Amino acid sequence: MIRARAVARRFGDKRALEPVDFELPRGGFLVVTGPNGSGKTTLLRLCAGLLIPTSGELEVRAERGQLGYLAHEPLVYRELTAIENLDLYGRLYRVPERRERVGMLLERFGLWEARGERTGSYSRGMLQRLALCRALLHDPELLILDEPANALDAAGEELLERELEELRRERTLLVASHSPQRLERFATGKLALT
Amino acid sequence: MSDAGALARKDLLLELRARDTLPAMLLFVVSVLVVFHFALPQNASARASLGLLWVAILFTALLGLGRAFVAEREQGVLDGLVLAPSDRSAIWVGKVVATLAFLVVAEVVALPAFALFFTSIDATTVAGVALADIGICAVGTLLAAMAAAGRARELLLPLLFLPLAIPIVVGGVGSSLAASSGKYLGFLALYDAIFVVLAWAAFEYVVTE
Repeated sequence: MIRARAVARRFGDKRALEPVDFELPRGGFLVVTGPNGSGKTTLLRLCAGLLIPTSGELEVRAERGQLGYLAHEPLVYRELTAIENLDLYGRLYRVPERRERVGMLLERFGLWEARGERTGSYSRGMLQRLALCRALLHDPELLILDEPANALDAAGEELLERELEELRRERTLLVASHSPQRLERFATGKLALT
Repeated sequence: MSDAGALARKDLLLELRARDTLPAMLLFVVSVLVVFHFALPQNASARASLGLLWVAILFTALLGLGRAFVAEREQGVLDGLVLAPSDRSAIWVGKVVATLAFLVVAEVVALPAFALFFTSIDATTVAGVALADIGICAVGTLLAAMAAAGRARELLLPLLFLPLAIPIVVGGVGSSLAASSGKYLGFLALYDAIFVVLAWAAFEYVVTE
């Protein structure tokens, strides 16, 4: 589903990602590891189509609506409630039976009780759960997750693991993590950036 | 268009809750007109006072345009919107509609205030303002998106916007003062048509690499 040949990225003089080669087949689960500044986020943004490589070849066989992207930021409006944010994304992604899907995800990620609160009042962990709901909302074929366990408490991490275990059966996953031990047991491949 | 409608509704709801932009625009335009009222001599010509109206409108619009992409920039939401399978120009249309709504509300206050402080306003001037608003918001929203991606965005937007707004001022003042006001209204309509199409087509390239 993703094929990268010597993909590199610069921002001005700064090299953000050294040339990297990898292949992620459909149904695969690739964990990207590496220290801070190694280019994990840059690589994921390249694969999501938010950046263009400075050099190399990158082929991503997923249409825009079939890609779920979890970024460092939750990508939600702080003045809107969880339901309003997900409803907006649901409209833009043409999610069928949008309200039911939004309700089901909020329930599954433990946010149903806080659904009517503005997300500006959410804790970092709650925002991360909401961001996961947003990334999964349109049931994408390819999931690109940047540090999905970030800010999650123990219960949140368990929930995430259950979700990933479920998702890896039917979806293709590209997940970046600087502490990948818990993810590695699901992974079909590992890419270490330096 | 339904995507643009949803995005415009979202912007109006954000403003209703945060009240970041519209109160500032209202306060600014009234303050500017008050300052001009005292700065302009008593026997100032209609030409001078109408020129100041257009200056007030442009700078008020600039205030709104400067905040058009603040939520998206500060909360990184633009990535989420860009990745959606909808037409990316819908983001621009939504922003234009919301900014236009704020500008029209500001003008609903500004035009009577102008009539009170300076001189009466006729239907041709109102038509000129309405046509100018479309051009201001179409061009300004595109430039606001460009400026939002840069570092010196507060400087960049006026520097990019004001030169492109000169034809709007020419058309607006001309429609208010010239004997052949229809010609100037036609000029403003042509400006709108050209820049709406250009901005709509260019927006995708502004928000993606």
